[in-house]
Amino acid sequence: MTPHAPPAFEAVLRARRDAGRKLLIPYVMAGMTEDWVEVLEAVVVAGADAVEVGIPFSDPMMDGPVIQEASLQALQRGTTPAAVVDAVGEAQLGVPIAVMTYYNLVFRAGHRRMARSLAAAGIGAAIVPDLPLEELGPWATEADDAGVATILLVAPSTPEDRVARICARSRGFVYAVARMGVTGERVSLGPSTGDVVTRARAATDLPVCVGVGISTPAQAVEACRSADGVIVGSALVRRLLEHGGPDAARDLVADLRAALDRA
Amino acid sequence: MGRPGAGGRFGEFGGRFVPESLVPACQELERAFDDAWADPAFRATLDAVLRDYGGRPTPVTECRRLSERLGVRVVLKREDLAHTGSHKLNNVIGQALLTRRMGKQRLVAETGAGQHGVATATAAALFGLECTVYMGEVDMARQELNVFRMELLGAEVRAVHSGSRTLKDAVNEAMRDWVATVDGTHYCLGSVMGPHPFPYMVRQLQRVVGEEARAQCAVVLGGDPDVVVACVGGGSNAAGTFAGFADGPSRLVGVEAAGGSAVGNGIPGVLHGMRSLFLQDEAGQILEAESISAGLDYPGIGPEHAHLAALGRAEYDRVGDDEVVAAFRLLAQTEGIIPALESAHALAWLVREARASVPAGASVLVTLSGRGDKDVAQVRERLEGSR
Repeated sequence: MTPHAPPAFEAVLRARRDAGRKLLIPYVMAGMTEDWVEVLEAVVVAGADAVEVGIPFSDPMMDGPVIQEASLQALQRGTTPAAVVDAVGEAQLGVPIAVMTYYNLVFRAGHRRMARSLAAAGIGAAIVPDLPLEELGPWATEADDAGVATILLVAPSTPEDRVARICARSRGFVYAVARMGVTGERVSLGPSTGDVVTRARAATDLPVCVGVGISTPAQAVEACRSADGVIVGSALVRRLLEHGGPDAARDLVADLRAALDRA
Repeated sequence: MGRPGAGGRFGEFGGRFVPESLVPACQELERAFDDAWADPAFRATLDAVLRDYGGRPTPVTECRRLSERLGVRVVLKREDLAHTGSHKLNNVIGQALLTRRMGKQRLVAETGAGQHGVATATAAALFGLECTVYMGEVDMARQELNVFRMELLGAEVRAVHSGSRTLKDAVNEAMRDWVATVDGTHYCLGSVMGPHPFPYMVRQLQRVVGEEARAQCAVVLGGDPDVVVACVGGGSNAAGTFAGFADGPSRLVGVEAAGGSAVGNGIPGVLHGMRSLFLQDEAGQILEAESISAGLDYPGIGPEHAHLAALGRAEYDRVGDDEVVAAFRLLAQTEGIIPALESAHALAWLVREARASVPAGASVLVTLSGRGDKDVAQVRERLEGSR
């Protein structure tokens, strides 16, 4: 088998990383408000290098209260996976897009159908946190075929040999989980953040981006001392739950961007 | 009913669908359980605690008046007589011993009706472990006394306000706790569900129910019963019961709540770490189960049950709330035994099927998974409301 050429999603992020830029990846829960597509546009304008779009699931096991609330709100507004994919495709955001959702939605849609619909909408990557390495096969095969990067997670609890195997199978970037626990804002970075990034970096030349509990520009800067980028979810989604709309999203992402560019 | 296949698979069901953070803990648990289960000293300790503290073996009771009424020969496996009033103790004693063996100091658990929560709080008290129990606020309201019981036993009960605020959401919340605390905490899952090795481990810890029952049936009935019936939410008492009879000729029947019938109305999916059958919509959003019994109020079923259903080795049927309440009263009035509403599902099925799919004169073992004291207030309200 010939090695896969890096998917477009990965190529863009690698190029930006190699140019010395810290990657900023905001997370937005699709469908949570009427103007969620405008929020996506706002975070791109404010300097996002890629956007992670959450597809709401009824039982978001890895998420804390903020993303749970956003999921519920999105589902109550009638949001479906198909509608999210269509809307993202139509929006033509001009930066790499990853969707984040739970495996049952992928399983229910069918691996091939989901992978192809993402690709057709120009969505370059997928994060499925409850699909660990051992269960990955059927989805990852279809995703590879469709040119969709499957981004895998490395956790503080992941032992060395698994870190290597996960990094070898990850596409796009490696998602370093900053702490043991669910998503949500924290007053400080997890003590294991630097360690998990270092261990991932030793195993791969893919960009390594940190998520879970990155809430402020200062934390983003701190995380990027070792990492190539950050994913900011709950801090942004909370502002949207508080009716901040695209303006609040733009302000937060602009602050994060400025801090990362200054550092 | 043996070991699951590679990756914890029962046929196409089971597996380990958890976030990466939890994979190492599940692997550690698998090794620890295999090691303990193969260790005669561990097994001897477990048996001794279940005997001297838990009240095992529980008896099998022949129901003369109920049998006369139904026209079939009914015997009950009396898990209601185990300490804490249900079969749940079998599982938690095993897991608490395992927790100590792994060097952990804290248990988290989910609970629906409160039976598993009470059992976990009990085991935590017995072995000096910290204990946090997650319970949906809907269930806390309908099982107030069990909440107080858990607190009395020294456990902290945390209300779950998300989603349907019942068992499914309590599992989500317990898993979220576990991800953050996994170094010193064991997730004492209450049923044959969740990621591998839980469905296998909990079934092994519950198989004492079926093994005792089979030996007792040999004495009371002179052989295997024609039919073996147990209620199914996640399915732990049914799995334990079936494990004792699956290699014999008995017809095995699992009875689900009509509003939570994963075999009847569910389709394959992945939730709570396992591939199994779940109530869900077209997009894959999990639907809320609805049942009079908090313990069966779950939109899925353990993966081994899904497999047994696919194989046809066990069959799964459902009963409605009205039939359940009628069976609850019938057992109280004919035998002087008040069953848990969960267990009353198995009885309700038998009431309906006796002299129909269960021929007159057939012998039937019903696992009475728990006692009904916790349900008396709820049944009273319902009966008074319908007057």
